[in-house]
Amino acid sequence: MIEYIPYIGVVAMILIGLYPILFRRNLIKIVIGISIIESGVNLFLIILGYRDGGVAPIFTSLPPGTTYPEEMVLPVPQALTLTSIVIGVAVLALMLSLVMHIYRKYGTLDVQKIRRLKE
Amino acid sequence: MTFLETLLAHSPALVIATPLLSAFLVPLVGRISPRIRDIFALVMLGVTGCFIGLLASDVLSHGSRVYVFGAKNLSVPLVRILFEVDSMGMFMAIITVMLAGIAVIYSWSFLQKQDGLDKYYTLLLLVTTSALGMELTGDIFNFFVFLEISCIASCALIAFWVEEGEALEAAFKYIVVSSIGALFVLFAIGLLYAQYNALNIATLAHLLQFSFLDKIILVLLLVSLGMKAGLAPMHMWIPDSYGRTPPSIVLLIMSATLASFYGILRVIFTMYGNVLTTPLRFSLPAHLIIGWILIALAIVSILIGVIMALIQTDLLRLIAYAAVAEIGYMFLAIGTSIAALGTTYATVALQGGVLHILNDAIDIGLLFLVAGAIYFVAKKRSLDDISGLARNMKYTTVFFIIGLLAVAGMPPLNGFTSKFLIYESVYQVNPILSIIALLGSILLLAVFIKVFYAAFLGPELPELKDVKEAPRSMLLAMGFLAALAVCIGLFPNIFLDALVKPAATALLDHAQYINMVVGGL
Repeated sequence: MIEYIPYIGVVAMILIGLYPILFRRNLIKIVIGISIIESGVNLFLIILGYRDGGVAPIFTSLPPGTTYPEEMVLPVPQALTLTSIVIGVAVLALMLSLVMHIYRKYGTLDVQKIRRLKE
Repeated sequence: MTFLETLLAHSPALVIATPLLSAFLVPLVGRISPRIRDIFALVMLGVTGCFIGLLASDVLSHGSRVYVFGAKNLSVPLVRILFEVDSMGMFMAIITVMLAGIAVIYSWSFLQKQDGLDKYYTLLLLVTTSALGMELTGDIFNFFVFLEISCIASCALIAFWVEEGEALEAAFKYIVVSSIGALFVLFAIGLLYAQYNALNIATLAHLLQFSFLDKIILVLLLVSLGMKAGLAPMHMWIPDSYGRTPPSIVLLIMSATLASFYGILRVIFTMYGNVLTTPLRFSLPAHLIIGWILIALAIVSILIGVIMALIQTDLLRLIAYAAVAEIGYMFLAIGTSIAALGTTYATVALQGGVLHILNDAIDIGLLFLVAGAIYFVAKKRSLDDISGLARNMKYTTVFFIIGLLAVAGMPPLNGFTSKFLIYESVYQVNPILSIIALLGSILLLAVFIKVFYAAFLGPELPELKDVKEAPRSMLLAMGFLAALAVCIGLFPNIFLDALVKPAATALLDHAQYINMVVGGL
């Protein structure tokens, strides 16, 4: 049972992230929601590569006595997560700068009031 | 090995590297002179186009090729990325680079008086790079990275007219939709990696079992890529972002949209190609269910597109709804092709769908450029404020007529050739579908005839008395697309035989795509 807890956490984070995107009216909260989904997905990738008692997957500095590759954690998901984190930062910065400009133009962050584009 | 052979061997990498590096050189070149920067962007796209042409001619005559980044042999752990180039990818790459080139030529005059053009050209080349990357890569995580690049760069481009609140609103909507879509693609990639310990599309296709998780992955990928491709009911960002950006940027976002559409084709036909005939519930095969779901969504897209286009007064927004309808036609074609997998008309439907990708790019692109020319000279968006433009804008009028007939699928223009293939094959599946498709085309004709009367004919408005013909570079861009529309309409067989049929065959022949990697490397 205990080994499923991280996966439950991933699903919970994705659902918690979706809630403000679908039901909240504040733009900043929508941005926070996207950020939480992203953390959930990153957590999922990290769990995939985890191995109980494994060592860091660095070839040149393996602790003596370890046998490759059974005792290393999987390197590929970590590489994926790093890429995804970098992309996430860029998206977050872009979204926040858009929110800033929208606030300057409209004077509000309420989705219901920012609606010049209709039909 | 001669120089040309070396160039050919590395051209899959060069196709990506050239626009990527020149994207970051553009601001430096811009310091010398804006004029040189404008030409530099076009020249670099031309060089990319040359590489694509070289690669395409080789792929079409000698079959697909694989390009390896990283470890060449299998003894070391598999740290490598494969590019797998086949005729479908090449077909899409040609469309992408063509749209980017036209956008650059058009923006020479259209954006002349704007500032921030250094960044504009950088982002333009980045969107092109990302679309090309999505089309050439054979690695699903690499596909995700390019998807995110295209999402970030297109979002920044949509907000180009940053002083207008509407552009910001459209950009925010776009980035929310596409970043959520991209995150779910990443989640699906994680699930795939967890099951099969592989990220290569061909290896995944080889290993795929169609377990319960695989069905979830398929739904996640189709929904999130469909969202980026603009399939109803996730189309709502298209009218906003297409309607609020300069038309040259619309061409680029369109190439990113078409690359997502290509992603859907790749997922269904290649990645799930082996398991499409597996029976699901009630002993119905999977391809029948997927196909009919896509057909239903496509019909909704067509109807929403044409009906919403009927009631628009903003010209750019109206064309954006027509673009939604055109995307519906592409999905109708591939839905039919999947539902009827294995029959002869499935191939016809797929050929129609693939040709319609090119035709959609040309027709909708041409209409957007014409609408942009009207906005450029008259500074007005609404159809109520423009009238009698045909007196002063002869060439633009001719281009609009070509565009309107092409988008409505009238012979002898290009829209007819692909739509005819679609009607013909859809009729075999269910006659009602082809009636709806025809009705959609007729309504599109009605919509654009209305626009034609409102904008080009009618009384001359006093404030529009002094409008001049659009500048030369804009006419050149429109003329190129119009000439292509007429050419494909008059000689469809040349294009069908040379590009479309090999592309459709490459999609249907997933075994060959898989064996390229799984057997040999």
